[in-house]
Amino acid sequence: MTNNQIMFVLFSAMIVVFSILTVTSRKILRSAVYLLFVLVSTSGLYFMLNYQFIAAVQLTLYAGGIVVLIIFSILLTSHIDHKFEPVGWKKSLFSALAALSGAIISIITILDFRFSATRQAAKEVDMKLIGKSLLSTGNDGFVLPFEVISILLIAAMVAAIVIAKKGGPIKPESQISNQQ
Amino acid sequence: MNAGIPLQYFLILATVMFFVGIYGFLTRRNLITILMSVELILNSVNINFMAFNRYLFPHKLDGMFFSLFIIAVAASEAAVAIAIIINIYRRFTTINVEDVNEMKY
Amino acid sequence: MMSFAYTVWIPLIPFLMFVLLGLWGNKLKPGLSGILGTAGLGIITILSYFAAYNYFFGMPKVEEAYKAIEAFNITWLRFSDNLHIDLGVLLDPISVMMLIVVSTVSFMVHIYSLGYMKGERGYERFFAFLSLFTFSMLGLVVATNIFQMYIFWELVGVSSYLLIGFYYTKPSAVAASKKAFIVTRFADLGFLIGILILSFNTKTFDFLTLTDPSGPAITQGSGAAFLGLSVMTWSMIFVYMGGVGKSAMFPFHIWLPDAMEGPTPVSALIHAATMVVAGVYLVARMFPIYYFAAPTALEVVAYVGGFSSLFAAVIACTQNDIKRVLAYSTMSQIGYMMLALGVSGYGGHEGLGFMASMFHLFTHAMFKALLFLAAGAIIHAAHSNFMTDMGGLRKYLPITHTTFLIACLTIAGIPPLSGFFSKDEILAAAFHHNKFLFAVEYAVAGLTAFYMFRLYFNIFWGRDTQYHHTPHEAPLTMTIPLIVLAAGSALTGLIPFNELVTTNGVPFESEIEWGVAIPSVLIGLLGIGIAWIMYRKKTNIPDRVASAFKFGYRWAFNKFYIDELYLFVTKKIIFRYIAAPVAWFDRHIVDGTMNAIATVTQTVSFRIRRFQSGQLQKYAFAFVSGAVLLVLLFIFIWN
Repeated sequence: MTNNQIMFVLFSAMIVVFSILTVTSRKILRSAVYLLFVLVSTSGLYFMLNYQFIAAVQLTLYAGGIVVLIIFSILLTSHIDHKFEPVGWKKSLFSALAALSGAIISIITILDFRFSATRQAAKEVDMKLIGKSLLSTGNDGFVLPFEVISILLIAAMVAAIVIAKKGGPIKPESQISNQQ
Repeated sequence: MNAGIPLQYFLILATVMFFVGIYGFLTRRNLITILMSVELILNSVNINFMAFNRYLFPHKLDGMFFSLFIIAVAASEAAVAIAIIINIYRRFTTINVEDVNEMKY
Repeated sequence: MMSFAYTVWIPLIPFLMFVLLGLWGNKLKPGLSGILGTAGLGIITILSYFAAYNYFFGMPKVEEAYKAIEAFNITWLRFSDNLHIDLGVLLDPISVMMLIVVSTVSFMVHIYSLGYMKGERGYERFFAFLSLFTFSMLGLVVATNIFQMYIFWELVGVSSYLLIGFYYTKPSAVAASKKAFIVTRFADLGFLIGILILSFNTKTFDFLTLTDPSGPAITQGSGAAFLGLSVMTWSMIFVYMGGVGKSAMFPFHIWLPDAMEGPTPVSALIHAATMVVAGVYLVARMFPIYYFAAPTALEVVAYVGGFSSLFAAVIACTQNDIKRVLAYSTMSQIGYMMLALGVSGYGGHEGLGFMASMFHLFTHAMFKALLFLAAGAIIHAAHSNFMTDMGGLRKYLPITHTTFLIACLTIAGIPPLSGFFSKDEILAAAFHHNKFLFAVEYAVAGLTAFYMFRLYFNIFWGRDTQYHHTPHEAPLTMTIPLIVLAAGSALTGLIPFNELVTTNGVPFESEIEWGVAIPSVLIGLLGIGIAWIMYRKKTNIPDRVASAFKFGYRWAFNKFYIDELYLFVTKKIIFRYIAAPVAWFDRHIVDGTMNAIATVTQTVSFRIRRFQSGQLQKYAFAFVSGAVLLVLLFIFIWN
């Protein structure tokens, strides 16, 4: 077994086990931590695939940003030691059935399909290339999604602030008179 | 290149993660845990894109950028979702998804 | 060729009056609506006389005949090239004659109503309806095609309904108006069937085409036979059914006595002089078809007329309500007219019956309207409808007495009044064609004289009744029409109808047949004599005669129980065994299906309401399983 294969097996095992633990754990903070592990393992997979930039972004944003956010919100909204009751068996059974059948169908489809690889040479992905693509128009340019994403981020920021403000969404009269 | 690992293994891994996330979405009662399941789903999709990019289109960057943007979207979505959850907590004092069911018959 | 286009205004002016009075009648000053209605009628009376003068004397005759003129005709509905419904004005001898009759009698009734209905609630409504009726009747008589006649036929029925039920707060009036409308409507069903069969066979509605003796409708033959009678015969019998209903012949006569619930001017106008003769007019209008293509139907016409006149005369001998006596008298006289048409031939002297029928229609309108209007004055004076409450009124009502006497003499057929001439011609026509019917009519002539003078003597002679308050003569607006109509009854006998109104428009020579005339005068005098003996002074002879014929008297007094028979058939048989099951079916099965659909929808929707539970995870579950199923279906199973 080459190193690659060992690393792959390790990472995939971690991902599968920890994701199952995330969705079945009865303590909420443990779920968050298991999620963190899943995200870190995913990042490891990206390193294996030679996409270092994305791996770094994954670690920064997901593991460092989103999981922290989730933990903060957990602290804000519930007792940390609060143990969930186990789920009713009917709900669990039907969901498992749905998920399992979906999984089986997808896996069968994947195994049946013949993927044809291309003969072209791989491109070396480095920061210079990524930066240029992000800001160029034309065939390989991604400036449009870039701009759209920036708008989305502003919108998300504004929305999050407005929704989570104390006092709820702005009521026209009372707020204005308050500020006067 | 990853010589020893066929493409299908990545895809199957991503599929498993995806459907585990779906199971969690359908089963969990706390709104935040549902959000965590959604993050699982998004991540599985990301793995899929990256695998395809590396194995089938190594001369292009489309899959990588797609994943980048998905990460950005997931982040903003998580932020807004947390804001909503906090609001719901203020209103209902519970974030049990079965108690937030006023839009019904 | 002078234009008669102005005749289109003759029906239209009353229609405008109807609209005017109907919409704004109660906003006008009281009394003004009466004046307006009467003025409108006055105008069209003048127009009718003018048109008649021009038609008969101002125009040159074509081939010695008075030609039919279509003064006005527009196509109203066009279904195909052959099938179209027109509206127009047709002038030929009988329609011009009817124009004069309708407009004159209606005018007299309008003047009379100015006095009779004064102060009544609904005064404007009355004159509006009178104008509506006049419009409908005029439209009927000038119809250019059979469908227009049917339309106005129904309109006349509606006007009659409105006017009989004029006192709508009285339950008996409401019941009577419904009865009249329903019975005539039922008869009109036959009329419509007849129209449809006829026009299907002959491919036209137009009268001129239908009644042309050398035209396609008559010469094409009588069509296939069905149950022994040809198609044309069947269609003309059905058409006659409408005439039977409208003219109150047996067996559709039951509505006419009850129609006396309406105000007396209405009885005079509609149920004596004009509407009830619509059936006679119908047969006269379609006479060529009857004679050439459906002679069996003509026999039916004659026998129905003969039987009805005898039936009505017998009943009239026993009735005590004076308006009822007059109603049965009307039925009897119309029977005369129908019989005359039934025994008539075509062309020249053969068409004596036709001419006599039209003549009798003309004179009957005059004296019957007079009788009814006078009866109105009498009822007004004595405050009762019944002969038994009256007597000795000749001292109090001189003008009414004189005019009533003239009318009674006219109807009894005493020369030189008009009734003698017209009745004599009918009897002559019957004598030459059917001796049995002649015998029947001869007997009826005697009965007519008897019951009319029974009526006369009971009202004006008899015992000297003490009245609660002295009866007084009617005001001038009510007596002038009486005088005018009396003059008409007396003098119209001198009009030479044989030169003006004949089957084919050609005048013919006719003289009084003394062989028929003298016996008819004698039997009239006999009837008057018997009535004189029984009723001139109060005696007990009537009661002895009634008890002698107890059984017959009871049957005649109760109108031969025809009403009860019809009620039995409809209520016990038709309603219970036919209408009730159909109603059950409608309510439970047809309605039930609709209700079932609604109930099922409601139940199902109630059950599946629970899908929208508001629970996020249930929605997500549906989403995921649905997606999986679709993928399964389309990717694996479909291909």
